[in-house]
Amino acid sequence: MNPLAILTAIFRPPPTPGVLGVFGHLDATVEAVDKLKAGGHEGYTVYSPIPRHELEDAIAQPVSPVRAFTLVGGIAGCAIGAWLTLYMSYDWPVVVGGKPVGSVPPYVVIMFEMTILFGALTTILGIAFNALFAARRQGTIAYDPRFTNDKFGIFVPCGPERAGAVEQLLRGSGAEEVRRA
Amino acid sequence: MAVSPPGTRLTYDAVTRAIARTLGSPGKGYFLLLGAAVTLLGIGIVCLLFLLRYGLGLAGYSHPVYWAVFITCFVFWVGIAHSGTLISAILFLFRSGWRTAVYRTAEAMTVFAVMTAGLFPLIHIGRQWYFYWLVPYPNERGLWPNFKSPLIWDEFAIGTYFTVSTVFLIMGLIPDIAAVRDVATGWRKKLYSLTALGWRGTNEQWRHYTRGYLYLAALATPLVLSVHSVVSWDFAMAIVPGWHATLFAPYFVAGAIYSGVAMVITLLIPIRKLFHLEDIITVHHFENLAKLCLLTGSIVGYAYVVEYFVAWFGGNPQERAAFWYRAFGSFWWASWTMIICNAFLPLLLWFKKIRTNLTALFVISIFVNIGMWFERFVIIVVSLAGEPFERWSNAGYNATWADWGIMAGSFGWFFMWFLLFAKNFPAVSISEVKEVLPPPRRAGQGRGVHA
Repeated sequence: MNPLAILTAIFRPPPTPGVLGVFGHLDATVEAVDKLKAGGHEGYTVYSPIPRHELEDAIAQPVSPVRAFTLVGGIAGCAIGAWLTLYMSYDWPVVVGGKPVGSVPPYVVIMFEMTILFGALTTILGIAFNALFAARRQGTIAYDPRFTNDKFGIFVPCGPERAGAVEQLLRGSGAEEVRRA
Repeated sequence: MAVSPPGTRLTYDAVTRAIARTLGSPGKGYFLLLGAAVTLLGIGIVCLLFLLRYGLGLAGYSHPVYWAVFITCFVFWVGIAHSGTLISAILFLFRSGWRTAVYRTAEAMTVFAVMTAGLFPLIHIGRQWYFYWLVPYPNERGLWPNFKSPLIWDEFAIGTYFTVSTVFLIMGLIPDIAAVRDVATGWRKKLYSLTALGWRGTNEQWRHYTRGYLYLAALATPLVLSVHSVVSWDFAMAIVPGWHATLFAPYFVAGAIYSGVAMVITLLIPIRKLFHLEDIITVHHFENLAKLCLLTGSIVGYAYVVEYFVAWFGGNPQERAAFWYRAFGSFWWASWTMIICNAFLPLLLWFKKIRTNLTALFVISIFVNIGMWFERFVIIVVSLAGEPFERWSNAGYNATWADWGIMAGSFGWFFMWFLLFAKNFPAVSISEVKEVLPPPRRAGQGRGVHA
């Protein structure tokens, strides 16, 4: 395989074959998701201009792993705050009024701020890893610019042999527009 | 609580169009405002260059007043920054639907206000080229900052606040940039394609995004309360009469939110007019902001009373002398400006007629801004000038043209960033405004959620 072909495969992957349905109504989209699930379809993508609980419930995905990032980041931040203040105090001890060099109460402020800082930054990393890289993975599936405006959409990846049935299913649920990609 | 009055049916498409329209080619009024902001900034920069050349003596510092207008401006701008996170994080956790129309402006204001505030400690230290001495990192000096000093806590608090609020602003912007990307043309389409980071609103993206947003809000909420508490401890940890009070943390936090909400009103009223967003930002939103002002303003007014009461009731002659000086000493005019603007004028907001009158609201919000600037001036400068154990060296302090010039420059800096932001990125959240609208259903319109 020549290097150009490898690069093309990475940066310009071929589009995923499948069917894209455009919906004007939320309840129609939910109905279509329910039917897809009942029909045993997998790997479909639902587009929505806003997050809605109805869709979330219909798709029934597990809770996002972002929370683990937040937890680990927060704990790490607190630990780094404690290390920073205590280590540096003992590294350059300034004894004032016979008070302990490593006095924890004032350091709690810094530990607190570092907890928040690291927690927030790892949350962002968690979202980036999970959502934005998912965008890269999903870059090959069909999209319509109306999905960020006022339309909902469902993309079902499938070969030409099943496309007809999927088209019918989406139309039957109330899709305004169905096309093959 | 209805978000838009019954009868006006906003659709998702109308929201996208209305907000995307604000990003069109700017008019004459916009350039006039931007020009004014840049001119102010220029004045500030010239004054700062003089200060760099001739030293801090130019700023009117004289014993015992070594914290003056620059620190006042620092606290003022940090305070302004607080309403943004309050509206975007705390009201998000409380699920108040009305925040959606105003939170983006407040959040952008937060980021730019912290950027402005952060300049003042650097200006104030005099030898700006040594600013990195504040940063704890291994170095050849073998010297670490003193972590028992509230000034170092402050550095951590402000640094964290700036980072987290910037991240929060950008997070909220991503779906909206994607929405304007899909309706934009020309070079703007390229800009938004790049900055939307591949957002398409898929279920996988929303799943992680909404979860992450919730955690960011949960982290930002204690942060916003901590930041101004830490700023207040810069003063409360010192033994200067008028500073050394346990009241300071809640007093400063309430004051910060008060001034911040006032600034949101000051900014939103012209923005709404300039960008024709009357359908999206309604009088109802302003009334809620006014109520928030009334609440926090009352807490601030109460804190003023408590301060004077404790000074008298505590029986400490130094404390009494400091507060006597504050009310009747050479800076009496500053103290009374603060009390009238912050504690008395906002009482007008008890009347619904005034809360829903935008002109009145705009005027009151400007007076609150002035009052809150003077509150910090009174706390910082007047307390130092009136230090009872320094009686022999009182008075004598006068702010100079360098102080006022740099302060004017800070306003220019703030408004310049804000105006550039409002014209290039959606100043009102598109996806969140849609969230509170009833979604399109086949069986007629349903209800929106209070997201």
